[in-house]
Amino acid sequence: MTLRTDVLLAILGMALATYLCRAGGYALFRALRPPRFVEVMLQHLPGPIFIAYVAPALATQGVKGFAAAAAVVVTQATTRNLAAAIAVGVGALWLLGLVG
Amino acid sequence: MSGSGVSFTLNGALRGARAAIPLVVGTFPFGIVVGVISDAKGLSLLETLAMSALVFAGSSQLLALELWSEPAPVLGASLAALVVNMRLAPMGAALAPWLDRLRGLKLWGTLATLVDHSYAMSAAEQRRGGRDAAYLLGVGLMLWAFWLVAVGLGHVFGAVVRLPPGHPLYFAATATFCAILVPVWQGVRRDLLPWALAVAVALLAWRAGLGAPWPLLAGALSGASLGAWLELRRA
Repeated sequence: MTLRTDVLLAILGMALATYLCRAGGYALFRALRPPRFVEVMLQHLPGPIFIAYVAPALATQGVKGFAAAAAVVVTQATTRNLAAAIAVGVGALWLLGLVG
Repeated sequence: MSGSGVSFTLNGALRGARAAIPLVVGTFPFGIVVGVISDAKGLSLLETLAMSALVFAGSSQLLALELWSEPAPVLGASLAALVVNMRLAPMGAALAPWLDRLRGLKLWGTLATLVDHSYAMSAAEQRRGGRDAAYLLGVGLMLWAFWLVAVGLGHVFGAVVRLPPGHPLYFAATATFCAILVPVWQGVRRDLLPWALAVAVALLAWRAGLGAPWPLLAGALSGASLGAWLELRRA
């Protein structure tokens, strides 16, 4: 059961940043109306965040990675089941690894 | 109408907690993945549980863990949390009819439990005419408690199985984000160009040798800016 100082600092930094988003956002929006552009940009943020993370991660895996990602997306779109989509992605990458 | 007669009762919190049970089932596998990855990145069970209890935002935890290095990336992880969780900022504002009536710990403590699901459930409850702000806290606390259980189980599982680096199971983290993208997608007109720009910028930054979290930040902010610019130009 270790609790290292550097890890604890990173956790506290993350916790502070996250609380700032949760509470600071409410406080700020209550005090002043944000510019329309910022408001609309916040609504657009989730998609670009996740896809900007996924793209380099898949590029590291090469063609296998993109094929497995396609399997995940198709499974999620058809079943709407997160656990099934993750399992299919891992299974696809494992199978492609056996072949390639 | 805004807020008159808003209450904050135990009954409301319990109703929220009960309403959150189906969501717990949906978020449990996600928590397991976070626990497994956390173990793989060398975090102890105590560190993993501390992060889950204090940060309590799955996608930012997973993302920070993906960027993890030795020693812990204090600035990188905090920035990743800030960018990923920025989407929570307008949610509190949207719940203002309830929150504006709360003071002190009730207000700032309830905000600490705010997550996508509790926001969505509470916004629906508000539209139905619900006036008990503790509903938001109830949903949040229920999700928080089971989040800790799921992440803890994932960590224990990961420690027992001891997967070698590069094992396909680690693809679960990337797969989770691919799956999350599906319900976020709202159509070609709104999302195609911003998402494409986000991918292009992220890959360019990554190719240029920029370390985490810079490709993510550059891609996310440029894509969201383009999305906002296009939407405002159309309006």
